[in-house]
Amino acid sequence: MPASIIEGDSLLAVDVGTATTRAMLFDVVDGRYRFIAIGQSPTTAQAPFKDIGEGVRQAIENLQNVTGRTFIDTDRRLITSSQPDGSGVDAFTATISAGSTLKVVVAGLLSDVSLESAKHLAESTYARVVETLGLNDTRLAQEQIDSIINACPDLIVIAGGTDGGASHSLQKVLEVIGLACYLLPQDKRPAILFAGNQEMEAEVRSSLAPLTSSIHIAPNIRPSVEVEDLQPARKELGRAFVDIRKRQIKGVEELDMWTGGHLLPSAFAEGRILHFLSKLYGDDKALLAVDLGASSATVMAGFGNGLTMSVYPHLGMGVGLAGLLQYTTLENIARWLPTDVPPQTLNDYLYQKALYPTSIPATKEDLYIEQALARETLQIALQTSQKKFPASAPVLREGLLPLFEIILAGGSVISNAPTLGQSLLLLLDAVQPAGITTIILDQNNLLPALGAAAERNSILPVQVLESGAFVNLATVVSPISTARYGTPILRARLIYDDGTESSVDVRQGGLETLPLSIGQTARLNVRPLRRADIGQGPGRSSSIRVNGSALGIVLDARGRPLNLPADAVRRRELNKKWHWTVGG
Amino acid sequence: MLAPVTHILALTTIIRKRLLPAPGRVVVKLNQKVSATDVVAEADFAREHVLIEVARVLGISGDAADRLITCKVGEKLAEGAVVADGGGLFPRLIRVPRAGRVKAVGGGQVLLDVGDTGLELRAGIPGEIVEIVQNRGVVIQTSGALIQGVWGNSRIDTGLLLSLADKPDDVLEARRLDVSLRGSILLAGYCQDAETLKAAAELPVRGLILSSILPALLPLARQMRYPILVTDSFGRQPMNLTAFKILSTNSKREITINAEPYDRYSGTHPEAVIPLPVTQNPSPPRDVETFAPGQQVRLRRAPHAGAVGTLVNLRAGLTTLPNGLRVAAGEVRLENGEQTIVPLVNLEVVG
Repeated sequence: MPASIIEGDSLLAVDVGTATTRAMLFDVVDGRYRFIAIGQSPTTAQAPFKDIGEGVRQAIENLQNVTGRTFIDTDRRLITSSQPDGSGVDAFTATISAGSTLKVVVAGLLSDVSLESAKHLAESTYARVVETLGLNDTRLAQEQIDSIINACPDLIVIAGGTDGGASHSLQKVLEVIGLACYLLPQDKRPAILFAGNQEMEAEVRSSLAPLTSSIHIAPNIRPSVEVEDLQPARKELGRAFVDIRKRQIKGVEELDMWTGGHLLPSAFAEGRILHFLSKLYGDDKALLAVDLGASSATVMAGFGNGLTMSVYPHLGMGVGLAGLLQYTTLENIARWLPTDVPPQTLNDYLYQKALYPTSIPATKEDLYIEQALARETLQIALQTSQKKFPASAPVLREGLLPLFEIILAGGSVISNAPTLGQSLLLLLDAVQPAGITTIILDQNNLLPALGAAAERNSILPVQVLESGAFVNLATVVSPISTARYGTPILRARLIYDDGTESSVDVRQGGLETLPLSIGQTARLNVRPLRRADIGQGPGRSSSIRVNGSALGIVLDARGRPLNLPADAVRRRELNKKWHWTVGG
Repeated sequence: MLAPVTHILALTTIIRKRLLPAPGRVVVKLNQKVSATDVVAEADFAREHVLIEVARVLGISGDAADRLITCKVGEKLAEGAVVADGGGLFPRLIRVPRAGRVKAVGGGQVLLDVGDTGLELRAGIPGEIVEIVQNRGVVIQTSGALIQGVWGNSRIDTGLLLSLADKPDDVLEARRLDVSLRGSILLAGYCQDAETLKAAAELPVRGLILSSILPALLPLARQMRYPILVTDSFGRQPMNLTAFKILSTNSKREITINAEPYDRYSGTHPEAVIPLPVTQNPSPPRDVETFAPGQQVRLRRAPHAGAVGTLVNLRAGLTTLPNGLRVAAGEVRLENGEQTIVPLVNLEVVG
């Protein structure tokens, strides 16, 4: 039996998303943890329910129907330990992303030091920074107070001051925040997260605690000017998020009780599992996780012990789409389409989808538009979050993504695409990985559940990840080359374990595949031509063992960055051709 | 599966809770009749403040400054009024730069509420006050036709309903707006140019009910001082037949548009209410439904976006759509008799 610090073996995990609530069952089969089944229901955080409880219970009841097991009793309460009759579960975890985007005020001292870190921290959850207060702010104190009142924030994140450093400037900031909180109606007062000079903790508590809905103290996110350390504060931010949701949405308090006070924001749990895996794989393997949901786009990158987390509520595939044109153009979206769609139709689509964020495309044209939007939003999210990646992360060329060994992808527009080829092409277009990468699809959105479970059972996530619960989409080789279009830049040879071989020459601008089914293994020899680089240095070959996957080996020599032809007809033809190459 | 519900009803009981965002005073009485634009509650909530830093100005400690401050919390002060006297050979008087009310005193500082502090809550629908929520607001009830829409520009008004649309896909154009329509609320089709919105403002009308509107016109529509209710969509889409029939058959009746924005979490919708006389209150509409055959449903997405039909069957398992997606789906008979398969997530119950 696997070592586990929790008693018993079965785990029921619930994730309350903006659109869908999922109940997932994990249990031990043949001595190893497995993902067993999933039950889903629409989330009921919004009117008319305004209570997530109904959606949670429906999702669990649907899971009961699938598994034939009973997890809630006749009073619809969770049966919290396995019973002799087979009902109940040994452990329960829950994560939540439902609810409107948190409005956050960040306050600190220097704009490119503590304020920057406070923004980074706020951006690691479902939040939008609506106001900023700092030393460089030339407004009068009364104007700053009014700006906070008018922003009516859910949360104020305060950073600033090195541990043991000066405190006078921070006291001025606290004074403004205290007065603003005092002036707000009691039921509108924000939560406060303090992550600054730790010697100020007592003063922060005594001056602000009576004026806030809840107060949270975290270790300094900027313990010295040179060091940013967000990880400890993320946990406290997660707790603040849950406390805010408890006040905003009925049923959250009960769900938190079911977890024994361990309810987590989904993004935090996802970050935890990525951090966990990142440490497991070591410093030489960087990991990327992207998730494109109805409420937000999430980008997380693990570099050994370091983790960057970015949640972009304005880049979700739902309500946020109405504002997407603030960040891109209709032409940029249209470049991903394999058919001609008038700009007005695209524009109308953005607003219609924002109006009905849970709706799905029912025609081919709508599906093309939806996937084009997914490519564009994900690309913007990646380009934005790339600025936070450590400067030491290896890149093949300035401006490109660092070399990622593994890319984990989730979100229904990606994972529920009609074919796995469409999922892969969407990711290749949007992420544009360089070098050699394994792309894995989280079809059941298990990552938050595994992250929540990891706190109490470190074996479960590893065994579930190894169990085939995720779809290994492809091993992708993306060379970087300056050769002219059509010039051969890569020679790939796949030697199967039975001794047979497949090989292909790839030209600059081309996209090719070599079959290697799930369950097969082979040796992949890749020889770059004309000084093309696949991560080993210009012109240097690579020979690696590869496991089979849904789409085998994909050789993507279309260029990084991927520059699509300006001619619309030619571009649409290429989009169709690539679509066909990965299986339609 | 749980179904989203939009209310488009020829006759129902409409109950709306209207609450202030901050504690205040309810200014109406139980059983009082109100019109949509009547103020039902008020609050004082300042969005502008003045902070007078007495200690800093006088160069003394906070405690010392507090002893010199002469105003008290709650006191109303005129512009130029003295709040602290520095004393000494050449007395330094600290005055308030703007009229206001003292909100806090302490730590050598005086904080004042200034500017417009009044916050008024309007009824939103005509009807009778059936409940008072102490210090916060009221519950209002009326009977009549109810049409909920998808977008509103946050204005409220009441007027006579006049129909400018002969059919659900009519286009509203500026040239059709003449002086005979002044002061009325117009049932129109879709709006595709700024001139039409401006012409309606110049008349002025008391409201527009549109089937759809071009997204590019939304910033201008928000600026219009008359309410605009969009019933169905963005772009160019006809009005759903159910709403069109109810509105066109109630032409020349008084109608109220409360074009408050749609909020998924609070459940507020932009809506139009036509009060109708009843001998007995009809049942209020159901807010919670699960999909079931026989329900009237509206299709949210292409093809047939905006069309209303009857859900005739819930298909077992997952259905593969023409684009390859596999989803839970239902069969819907449209009003033209055509039967189509629609993902359940693209449907909403109309009732």
